[in-house]
Amino acid sequence: MNTARIRRSWGQRFVLLAPYLWLLLFFLAPFVIVLKISFSQTAIALPPYVPVLDLAAGWQGLTDFFQRLSLDGYRLLASDPIYLLSYLKSLKVAAVSTAILLIVGYPIAYGMARSPRALQPLLVMLVVLPFWTSFLIRVYAWINILQRDGLLNDVLLALGIVGTRPEWLASDTAIYIGVVYSYLPFMVLPLYATLEKMDESLLEAAADLGCPRGKAFWLVTLPLSLPGVAAGCLLCFIPIVGEFVIPDLLGGSHSLMIGQTLWMEFFANRDWPVASAIAVALLLLLLLPILLYERLQRRQLEGLR
Amino acid sequence: MAASGGTGAEGGKPALVRFERVTKRFGGVTAVDALTLDVAQGEFFALLGPSGCGKTTLLRLLAGFEQPTEGRILLDGEDIGGVPPHRRPINMMFQNYALFPHLTVEGNVGFGLRQENVGRRERAERIAEMLALVKLQGFGARRISQLSGGQRQRVALARSLIKRPRVLLLDEPMAALDKKLRGETQFELMELQRRLGTTFVIVTHDQEEAMIVASRIAVMNEGRLAQMGPPAEIYERPNSRWIADFIGEVTLIEGRLAGEGMLQTSLGPLRIAGGGAPGDKRWLALRPEKLQMSAEKPAADGRNALSGTVTEIGYRGDTSIYKVRLADRTLMKIALANTVGRPPFVVDDLVWAAWAPEAGVLLQD
Repeated sequence: MNTARIRRSWGQRFVLLAPYLWLLLFFLAPFVIVLKISFSQTAIALPPYVPVLDLAAGWQGLTDFFQRLSLDGYRLLASDPIYLLSYLKSLKVAAVSTAILLIVGYPIAYGMARSPRALQPLLVMLVVLPFWTSFLIRVYAWINILQRDGLLNDVLLALGIVGTRPEWLASDTAIYIGVVYSYLPFMVLPLYATLEKMDESLLEAAADLGCPRGKAFWLVTLPLSLPGVAAGCLLCFIPIVGEFVIPDLLGGSHSLMIGQTLWMEFFANRDWPVASAIAVALLLLLLLPILLYERLQRRQLEGLR
Repeated sequence: MAASGGTGAEGGKPALVRFERVTKRFGGVTAVDALTLDVAQGEFFALLGPSGCGKTTLLRLLAGFEQPTEGRILLDGEDIGGVPPHRRPINMMFQNYALFPHLTVEGNVGFGLRQENVGRRERAERIAEMLALVKLQGFGARRISQLSGGQRQRVALARSLIKRPRVLLLDEPMAALDKKLRGETQFELMELQRRLGTTFVIVTHDQEEAMIVASRIAVMNEGRLAQMGPPAEIYERPNSRWIADFIGEVTLIEGRLAGEGMLQTSLGPLRIAGGGAPGDKRWLALRPEKLQMSAEKPAADGRNALSGTVTEIGYRGDTSIYKVRLADRTLMKIALANTVGRPPFVVDDLVWAAWAPEAGVLLQD
């Protein structure tokens, strides 16, 4: 059989390999390091865990290294309920926030997609505008707004909704406010992208066939925007599960989302193996939604062809 | 129902649809300008015109997607001005088909019946009936993305017919099909219309298509009615130079009437059928297929004869269009059938063009 071989220059090979090389360098290598640490044991040393791979000891060093790896980090994860509770808390916060984000974000995206064409780039820019300010600064700003003598209570008091100034900070409500505010663009943009692509004549066709406008939303607009809904939800849900800054700054120390528990193990307890085990378990937990998102993206790409 | 006048429906049949001095303005642009026309029950009516002439706006007014700025639209003698699209017994087949991509063929075709809460069994029956009508049996479970352009067109047709509308609107229904398929579909559409007896109103910019499918054509230009009548009438007896030029090919010769049966032109006196007050300005419109061409000067048999030079030959398969430059540099278009043998004339040949006086049409405007 005559196999036609495509001859590639070294330059072309590099271009083809570059993305994989980058992935290897910036994603796989760090992950392998974290994975390795999760199988280690704490030690009062630098770095604060054993074993450390010593290539100078040759074959003997390598076998020693593998024999001293342990599952202690994971055992601890399973034995102490605080970790399970942290995971559950994170999933709950992510699920509730994603639901709120969808309810808040859909009308915004819908309104944007329906506004005059000339206005739309401006609206998209307004949605993206907050990114021009550091995320951290924006969360700090929320501390200001939510604190006892902050803007929110000023307004509520002025409107006569509350009689005394309630405490907002260090509560789940504060976490939800912060999360919904911070992730709103990630919900609005994919929704807008699908709604904006939708053919206006489909709604006219629905009307023509006897379907009033309001009903057409449920029969045509919503089903057609489901890929955007799924993309937006996953794009918010996945990072919210691992969110650290918002619960730490707004939710107080007792809110115990998994990101905070991890931070505590890492920096307060200096237990790197358990912290790494938490990270690995979190990744496994998020693998399902990540794969789901991946599949969705692929299907959409195929749909475009 | 008032009797129809000059713009009235065919053969005195009562008008099913009536536009009464309908004007539609978008901002400062007048898309439809005080237009009056009737469409009779059971007609295959075509709205023809160049792009931007207002024909699509007229269709959308009828469907209810636009509201007239002035005037009334009557269906069966009743003003449907305030009736929203979803309550009109009128269905439309959209130019891009506007099929719902998230539904199957069945879901699309049955969409209209679902809105009327037709029972599941009856719905299934009527969907099957419609799919058979457009020759798509067995395609019910397919997704729209799995269909070819021609199949999509049929789904759109079935979807717009299933509610048995009083009027079916077709917006450039064949624009997306290739020429061969378009030809077949035109005849299928005509047969379908005859079988169902439904009133069809088609919008097209393709004059050939309009002449093939329609029983009556309204030619529009700049929001107004330029001429209305059966296809043959519009082609054979255009009422203006614009119509003569828009529908088919034509050669126009300017002149002044000189007594009965004579037109004085820069090419000399020409014999014409009919006449009028001497000195009045007229244009003689000549269709390419009504002219004869010869190498020798034709015998003086009552026909007009002019000499010229062949400057261009446009080969069209069955016929060729010869452009002949006459003495006053007018380019005359003559069509000759490509019969057996080599083409009779080549570029730069000196030829004679001849035609009977009644072959030409005199135009005032």
